[in-house]
Amino acid sequence: MKTPLEVINLSKVYNNINAVKDISFKVNRNEIIGILGPNGCGKTTTIGMILGLLKPTNGKALINGIDIETNRVNLLDNLNFISPYIELPKKLTVKQNLEVYGRLYDVKNLKTKIEYLSDKLRLQDIINKITGELSSGQKNRVSLAKSIINDPTVLLLDEPTASLDPETGDFIRSFLENYQKERETSILLASHNMNEVERLCSSVLMMNKGSIIDQGKPADLIKKHGRKNMEEVFLKLSREKNES
Amino acid sequence: MYGLFLRHFYLIKSSLPRIMDLIYWPTIQIILWGFISKFFSLYSNYYNDTLGVILTCAILYDILFRSSISFNMLFLEEIWSRNFTNLFIAPLKIKEIIVSLIFTALIRTLIGLVPAIILTSPLFGVSILKLGFPLLLLFLSLYIFGITLGLFVSAGLLRFGPSFENIAWSSLFLLAPLGCIYYPLEILPNFFQIIAKGLPLVYIFDETRNILLNSSLDYENLKQAYILNLIYLALGIGLFYFAFIRARIKGTLINMGE
Repeated sequence: MKTPLEVINLSKVYNNINAVKDISFKVNRNEIIGILGPNGCGKTTTIGMILGLLKPTNGKALINGIDIETNRVNLLDNLNFISPYIELPKKLTVKQNLEVYGRLYDVKNLKTKIEYLSDKLRLQDIINKITGELSSGQKNRVSLAKSIINDPTVLLLDEPTASLDPETGDFIRSFLENYQKERETSILLASHNMNEVERLCSSVLMMNKGSIIDQGKPADLIKKHGRKNMEEVFLKLSREKNES
Repeated sequence: MYGLFLRHFYLIKSSLPRIMDLIYWPTIQIILWGFISKFFSLYSNYYNDTLGVILTCAILYDILFRSSISFNMLFLEEIWSRNFTNLFIAPLKIKEIIVSLIFTALIRTLIGLVPAIILTSPLFGVSILKLGFPLLLLFLSLYIFGITLGLFVSAGLLRFGPSFENIAWSSLFLLAPLGCIYYPLEILPNFFQIIAKGLPLVYIFDETRNILLNSSLDYENLKQAYILNLIYLALGIGLFYFAFIRARIKGTLINMGE
C-alpha cells in the first residue's frame, strides 16, 4: 500500500527567502504527525505545497504515491484542510455550506452524510443558522465538518483548536481521536498547543526557519532534551536555533 | 491619529493598484462627459429621438457593466468571506471555476437588468425590446465582453490579491469613453479612434444606433464585434490560467490579505 502522504526534499523560495528548506517526512495510514514551530517557521508553506496551493521550488509532495504537481485536481479528492485563517461563506446557513462543499467534493448520499456530521459534531441545533452568526466554537465545528465531508485519506489541520474554550477544545480533540481511529485517516497537525500535540500525535516534526530541526515521538523528544514536557522542548529548540 | 494615517499611507505606498485608483476616477469622469458635451454641441440635430437612443445605450451598457461586475463580485466575495482557500483546495479544475462563474454571473446580470428594462417603458416610454431579434445578438456580444473583462480583473485578483479590488470596480469606466456608447466613433480624436476600433463596444453601440435611427441591420458591425470578442475572451482565459500559475509560485492563494 502506498504511503498516504510523503514529502521528499521539499523546498520553497519566495522573494529570495528560503521559507522551507529541503524537508522530508512521511505520514502513514492511521497516524497523526505533529508539525511544530514558531510563527513563520514554514508550517503553513509546507501545508500549502502539500495542498497544491503553492508550487514547490524543489522536491515533491506525494499523495498515495502520486506527486500533487502532476495530478492536483484528482488528488484533492483525497485531501482536506482546516485552518482558523480560512472560513466558510458567512451568509450561508451551516446546512447550505455543507451542501455546497458536499457537491464540490462530489459526496455520494450527501443528505445522509450531513446528518452523520451533524450528529457527530453537535450541529443539530445550528444546522439552519447563518454561519457568520455562530460563535467561534460553533464555526470551528462546522469547519471541521466541512474538512471531513469527503472522508479524506489525508487531513491537514492547522491549529484546529486555536481560540477555543477548554471544553470545546477537548471535544474537538476527542472527536479527532475517534474519527482517526474509525477511518484510519492520516493527519498532519500543525499546532501551538503542546498538550494537544502530546495527546494526539504519535510523532512530531520540530521546524524552525524552514528546516526540520528535530523529530520523534513526544515522549522520546522530552527524554532526549531532558525536559518535563513538549512545551519546554519547543522553547529549548526554538531558542537554540534562534541563537545559532 | 497619526498612527491611523500611517496605517493607510503604508498600505497605499506599497500598492500600485491603490495609487492608480486614486488618480483614475476623476480622469475618466472628465474625459467621458467631455466627449458627450462635445458631441451635443456639434451635432445637436443628430438625433430625432435622443432620449430613446441614450436610454437604450445606457441599458445595453449596463448589460456589460452588470455581467463584468457580477463576475468580479463572485470572486471578490470569496476573498471577503475568507473562503478563497477552501475554493482552491476543492477538486475543481480551473475551467470548471471559469464556467461556473460565467453562468452564475449571467443569472446575477439578469436579476439586476430585468427590472430596469421593465421600468424604462412606463417611466420614459422607451423599450429596448424595440431592437427586436438583434437585441439577442447585441446582448450576447456585450455579455461575452463583460465576462472577458471579469476574467481580466479576476486574473489580477489572483495574481496581486485584494489590492487589485479597486480595479474591479473601475475597469468598466475606463472603457466608457473609448467604447463610444453615447456618441459615434468620429467624435473621438484620431489617436483614440485607433484604440477604440480595437474594442467590440464601438461596433455594438454603432449598430444599436443604426438599428434605432435607420431601422436597418448591418451584420458587418456584429461580425466585427464577435471576432474581437472571441479574441479577447481567449486572451482573458489564457490570462486567468497564467495568473493561477503565478499565484501558486508567489503564494497568493494562501496569503489573501492586504
